[in-house]
Amino acid sequence: MAIDEKTVRHVASLARLDLHGVDVTKLTGQMSAILEHVEQLKEVDVTGIPATAHAQNRRLRLREDEPMQVITREEALAGAPKRQGNFIVVPRTVEGGGSS
Amino acid sequence: MAQAAQAQDATQKAYDTVIGLEVHVQLMTKTKAFSACATSFGAEENEFICPVSFGLPGSLPVLNKRVVEMAILLGKATGCTINHESVLARKNYFYPDLPKGYQISQYDKPICEHGTLPILLDGEVKNIGITRIHIEEDAGKSMHGGGGSLIDFNRAGTPLLEIVSEPVIRSADEATAYLKVMRQLVRTLGVSDGNMEEGSFRCDANVSVRPTQNDPFGTRTELKNINSFRFISRAIEYEADRQWDALQHGEKIVQETRLYDAEKGRTYSMRSKEEAHDYRYFPDPDLLPLVIDDAMIKDVTADMPELPWQRRERFESAFGLSTYDAEVLTADDTLAAYYEAVVTDGIDAKTVANWVTSELLGALNQRGWDMSQNPIGADRLQGLLKLLAADKITGKIAKEVFAKMFETDDAPDKIVASMGVEQINDEGAVEAIVAQVIAENPGQVEQFKGGKDKLFGFFVGQVMKVSRGQANPQLTQEILRRKLAE
Repeated sequence: MAIDEKTVRHVASLARLDLHGVDVTKLTGQMSAILEHVEQLKEVDVTGIPATAHAQNRRLRLREDEPMQVITREEALAGAPKRQGNFIVVPRTVEGGGSS
Repeated sequence: MAQAAQAQDATQKAYDTVIGLEVHVQLMTKTKAFSACATSFGAEENEFICPVSFGLPGSLPVLNKRVVEMAILLGKATGCTINHESVLARKNYFYPDLPKGYQISQYDKPICEHGTLPILLDGEVKNIGITRIHIEEDAGKSMHGGGGSLIDFNRAGTPLLEIVSEPVIRSADEATAYLKVMRQLVRTLGVSDGNMEEGSFRCDANVSVRPTQNDPFGTRTELKNINSFRFISRAIEYEADRQWDALQHGEKIVQETRLYDAEKGRTYSMRSKEEAHDYRYFPDPDLLPLVIDDAMIKDVTADMPELPWQRRERFESAFGLSTYDAEVLTADDTLAAYYEAVVTDGIDAKTVANWVTSELLGALNQRGWDMSQNPIGADRLQGLLKLLAADKITGKIAKEVFAKMFETDDAPDKIVASMGVEQINDEGAVEAIVAQVIAENPGQVEQFKGGKDKLFGFFVGQVMKVSRGQANPQLTQEILRRKLAE
């Protein structure tokens, strides 16, 4: 399955990536090559085998609803590039004020 | 008649509205959906977080069993099929309050499907189809200010159930009725506190219009994040009118997300990029298929409480109440429990219903209070109604005592004693008052005897006035008839 430049631009915009001319051309070739490589799997005969998203034929393990503290706030916020009080600060994502 | 016809015209639209609702309920679990950090609210920012809800690389999600149980409970209560195998999927989008870059949700294989919610419309039951109920996690919260966007992840990973209705709702009133029953249901089941203001019960409405119900569906818009029943109703009304108006002017409806401005009473386009809706769902490789066996369903449903509509029907049949009264009394679990606590042998269940729906709710409304602030315990109202049923006090006095009960914690018999308003049931005492009234009003007696029957009410009124409302009304009438015939 070949990828065209339009698809690359679409995926880049979904991923909030700012791609330009040469990059688009380069990635179009690379992504196509990756997909073509994976497409080799089509050669395997899977007749009669049900589709699955997992390699293991097991069911989901569930967890009891018991609270547990794993890390403190300070530990969690230590990795934040910028903070204000207890908040993590990121570049402004919307115009105007408000919250969501 | 002309007025009634006019009122009907006002509610009859020139077009047909089609509404589908998506409700998100926040579940009352102790921990988040896929991690063991606590879900407490009102905490300081970023206090309830862990590697999973923070989206740290290498952390893995483990689904909370209680979330599955709550989904099964809600699914069974609404008559859904519980899928023995369902799949948790990634919904991909980028937003700073979604740390992983995807939300864990369910896509083509949700946990519950094909249910119904019975609502009452003008006294008639209508079953609203439920397409699906699925498990997902909430995002964090962001605030946008001058220096940037501030992110708080306390809510990130909080479990939600999304309930999607069929597009079968035909008016704003119907939508409101559906939402009220749904909110009561999640409260009855104990899966959510249903608090709209705090966002634990959120509603999105898909709205479209068409000339008649035989036409194909029109293009729909989605109204998002409306946090009160009143605003949802107004937003739907506005949006349907706006769409119809646009169509009448030859415009096309654009499929888009719109928000409601409560102050201006109008909806407006969010103007989001079309591409934002390309979520590229795929099964989450970190989570195996969710398998539910019959034993788990049986275990969970063993705790199924009486559902709001079952209780309404029982109130009608067991207490002989009208559909309307039963609906009012069962619209709130606390109120329903209160009513049942007041009803007892020797007091007419309909009398109790009247007192609770008119006197009690009226008095609470007047003060702007809800049932949680009701100062009159079930035992006190029951005490009062027992005094009334036993002819210890008249209906008029009972209302006065009831008013006093709002000011004091005293038992009703104590209030009656302190007011000196016990009903006079002694025949001799009533006779004496009747004799006094007859002696004081010779003119009226003469007219009555001359055939002016209407004056009987005047004599009853006089006896009540002299006895300060305490004379037994039945006894008063009997004795008056006898004495006036003499």
